[in-house]
Amino acid sequence: MSLLRLIDFLRDRLPTVVRIGCAVLALLIVLDALPAVVDKAHAATAAEHLPGFWSVFGLLGCLVLVVLSKSIGHLGVSQREDYYDE
Amino acid sequence: MSNPWIHPALVLLLGGGVLPWVPRSAKKGFLLLVPLLAYGLVVVMPRGEFAHVEFLRWTLVFGRVDALSLVFAHIMSLMCIIGTLFGLQVEEDAQHIAAWVYVAGSLGAIFAGDLFTLFLFWELMAFSSVFLVWFRRRPQSTAAGFRYLLVHVAGGLSLLAGIILQVKATGSTAFVGFDVHQTTAAGYLILIGFLLNAAVPPLHAWLPDAYPEGTFNGSVFLSAFTTKTAVYALCRGFAGMELLVVLGVIMSLYGVVFAVIENDVRRLFAYHIVSQVGYMVAGVGIGTELAINGACAHAFAHILYKGLLFMGGGTVLKMTGETRMSELGGLYKKMPWTFLFTLIGGLSISAFPLFSGFVSKSMIVEAGFDEHLLWAGFLLNLAAIGTFYCNGLKVPYFVWFGKNQCTPEVWDRASDPPWNMRAAMGFTALLCVFIGVYTPYLYRMLPYPAAAAAYHPYTSYHIAETLQILLFTALAFFVLVKLRKIEPHRGTNVDLDWFYRLGGRAFLWLARKPVQAVDTGVGELYRLGGLRGLMKSAGAIREFDNRVIDGAVDGLAATVRRAGGQLRTAQRGALQENLTLVFAVAAVALVAFLLLA
Repeated sequence: MSLLRLIDFLRDRLPTVVRIGCAVLALLIVLDALPAVVDKAHAATAAEHLPGFWSVFGLLGCLVLVVLSKSIGHLGVSQREDYYDE
Repeated sequence: MSNPWIHPALVLLLGGGVLPWVPRSAKKGFLLLVPLLAYGLVVVMPRGEFAHVEFLRWTLVFGRVDALSLVFAHIMSLMCIIGTLFGLQVEEDAQHIAAWVYVAGSLGAIFAGDLFTLFLFWELMAFSSVFLVWFRRRPQSTAAGFRYLLVHVAGGLSLLAGIILQVKATGSTAFVGFDVHQTTAAGYLILIGFLLNAAVPPLHAWLPDAYPEGTFNGSVFLSAFTTKTAVYALCRGFAGMELLVVLGVIMSLYGVVFAVIENDVRRLFAYHIVSQVGYMVAGVGIGTELAINGACAHAFAHILYKGLLFMGGGTVLKMTGETRMSELGGLYKKMPWTFLFTLIGGLSISAFPLFSGFVSKSMIVEAGFDEHLLWAGFLLNLAAIGTFYCNGLKVPYFVWFGKNQCTPEVWDRASDPPWNMRAAMGFTALLCVFIGVYTPYLYRMLPYPAAAAAYHPYTSYHIAETLQILLFTALAFFVLVKLRKIEPHRGTNVDLDWFYRLGGRAFLWLARKPVQAVDTGVGELYRLGGLRGLMKSAGAIREFDNRVIDGAVDGLAATVRRAGGQLRTAQRGALQENLTLVFAVAAVALVAFLLLA
């Protein structure tokens, strides 16, 4: 199956895929800093004019959400699988 | 009118009624034909008010057709085709009938022009959808179904009480916008009924409790209709109510937090219904033309990508018998197409550029920023991070890649599903991309087409913002995977259903222990103190009984026994069936009483 072959092709070259991914991330921040490419005239707040503002938001937001959710789990929300069984 | 207006719900109800008599060879064709016909009726439907029925002293309006009802009816009837195609191989007619009656309830509520008709179809949805859970036929599903039904009956009662007060106060049964600035008690009761169906916390726990317990195809229907019909009702009744902005933002994050720590794929998706409906509820609360457009567009897009995700989850369940991520992994080798379709659903819900969520969700966030609700805009963007983390990264990674934790049995069973399930997923995936690429298809259907035409999602800033948020979320995810911080493990997450699950047990304990003890004590006292006197009087009464009463009663008893024997043959004793019958009769009696009173 060709779809399967494509996935395996990418998996076999994982280091390259990771490198391309990192390059894309860097490129995003660079482009964000160029007013000719990304027009920030309609940004709602001043902070959004900082290059890479939403990158930091995404990265930190994800870490905050995971830490927050896991702490809520540890507060007693997460129980063993048979919790409701009698 | 040259052509009579035909209610699409009627087609589904009649189709369901005829289904058991359709010959086996024509069954699959018939199963597709009926929802196609209902969809066709919606597509060519003219606007206006149809099907006024004089009932006692009220006028019931079954067909209010305007832009708002049409966009919802369009997606509901489309989803009915997809859901039926996905479950085409299900042999049991009753499962298809339950699904169609459920869709008919949704369409009936959407086209209802008055509050009584709305209530009628609202209840039809609850009582038909519960069967999609019960048909899975395992003890947990039966229990979850009963909880689902009880909660919805409570919500329905609130709605009914509100309707009664509203009709008493205004003398009108029309279902139009309520005064959102000076909401009356009647308005709040109706609002509670709507919010419960929209799964707004703290009235949400029925959803992640029941939806993951449904059949593999039943949950695809469940994911679409109840909550989005409630979103429609909120758009119609409570647009611009500020409270809804707060509730919507809270629920968008609430769903995400619970999804992050969830292990079961379908329960994770269920929590993301709560989260995504939060965007819509917030949009209704913002209430501007752009926001209402956004709520409708997002409901439309959501039904498709959420259906697609539940089809992916349902396929994993059907083909492996397992939905816990801690027991899966590495499945891309066995079910690559299911992976691709689920990933497309995940990218759509995450609002990736070129996918449907991108052109719908952003309307609501932008409307929030436009109205200077900065906190709402930023928090909704935070929820978007969790959405991609769960649907676009966690599920695809831990089910199809990651560490292979399948048992040999699961691994052997796993494969891509039969053609009809692949076709349903493929078609829905195509629609998700189509809506994301060709925006006029969706935007032309929205209630405010001018505002929709003036909105452009593909600006350089919006694309840059979204790509940064999502791709850096992906970076954080893979770092966490590398650090082995987020591996799924078995467990149950306790939500607010704890109160009625364990509350019910506390009641049973109360009945068993203290009440039983008091009962025994009183019985003992009675035996010691009252028995002797009783024995004497009993002797006298026995004489009277033997001679006078028995003669009369024997005749009566024989009659009752005969009638009972006849009744016994008419019913099969399944609790669910009896309950449904009782509820149906009670509902009819209640409505009749209301109309006569």
